Amino acid sequence: MDFITIIILALLVNNVVLAQFLGICPFLGVSNKVSTSLGMGAAVVFVMSLANLVTYLIQNFILVPLHIEFMQTITFILVIAFLVQVVELIMKKSAPSLYQALGIYLPLITTNCAVLGIAILAVQKNYSLVSSVVYASATAVGFTLALVLLAGIREQLELNGYPKGMKGFPLTLITAGLLSLAFMGFSGLVK
Amino acid sequence: MSNLKYFTNGLLKENPLFVLVLGTCPALAVTTAALNGVGMGAATTFVLVCSNLLIALLKNLIPNKVRIVAFILIIASFVTIVDLVMKAFTPDLYKTLGIFIPLIVVNCIILGRAEAFAQKNTVTRSILDGLGMGIGFTLALTIMGGIREILGNGSFFDIRLVSQEARTILLFILPPGAFLTFGYLIAIMNSVKRKYNI
Repeated sequence: MDFITIIILALLVNNVVLAQFLGICPFLGVSNKVSTSLGMGAAVVFVMSLANLVTYLIQNFILVPLHIEFMQTITFILVIAFLVQVVELIMKKSAPSLYQALGIYLPLITTNCAVLGIAILAVQKNYSLVSSVVYASATAVGFTLALVLLAGIREQLELNGYPKGMKGFPLTLITAGLLSLAFMGFSGLVK
Repeated sequence: MSNLKYFTNGLLKENPLFVLVLGTCPALAVTTAALNGVGMGAATTFVLVCSNLLIALLKNLIPNKVRIVAFILIIASFVTIVDLVMKAFTPDLYKTLGIFIPLIVVNCIILGRAEAFAQKNTVTRSILDGLGMGIGFTLALTIMGGIREILGNGSFFDIRLVSQEARTILLFILPPGAFLTFGYLIAIMNSVKRKYNI
């Protein structure tokens, strides 16, 4: 499969949030403002690409040769948690301005199931190292796209009237449902 | 019995899905049919009860600084057990639930209960809390799965309710239907709570 196909599939057709339901917690939680959702998105792109690179190496050079593939879940979650901590520390030292911008979102990413989910999916799909990283980056950009779109709509919705019972989660979920409906229009884009 | 309230707490008052809104990823992804909801709920309940039990037992041995890592390791071990058992005994369900079985590790309900309840309470209470939360989650998943299956497929637990030719609202078993069903269910819960002051 060529990279363009992987990118279109991951970004639009099988959007990680709107079609695969991974990373719903940050999707609902951090989509109040466009600016914060951009920050969260950037942090996810960074961590997810790095996590897929590392988990690919672990899967193919440690788990498979030793025949301990059943340890996948435990290893991957530990690696991701560790990675997030390391990225946070390095960023604090070497890129303080970037750390200021992304800082608060980084720890939240450990609980983002999309990172672990995409790492496992990439292994299941037998991607090569480069495809795996491209797949992760495109997925993360797709996550950011969905997050920013929802945040934009939610900012506008705040100004409108709606039934009291709809306040908060219900309104966000129904908006997300309509977004997901719109994204279904992309299916069939890639044969 | 005073301990009973730890069990009933998770069923309605603090229902993990409808009230605390935790564990939304599997709730949206696997509830295309009522049976999937039961399967996912049972798997989560098992992990929740076992991890609550072990964490309550070990709470004095785990140093505070590394507790999150320790909790994640304990949870991941039980998830691996569930993963292997379901692969061996219920291959069809395993295939349907797919990626969401290993993802029980990052289900916020489990880590949330470990952090907020099991590490501060006795073993019995932790088991009851895990059981109540797990069953509350299972009920919520089954209700959502049931609604989506009836509307989208015209059946309930694979039993046909309408004739084969009848048109159903396919949208409800597609991804947008998950968001809409969940949104309206929470809206109904909120309105009922507001009206009767629960």
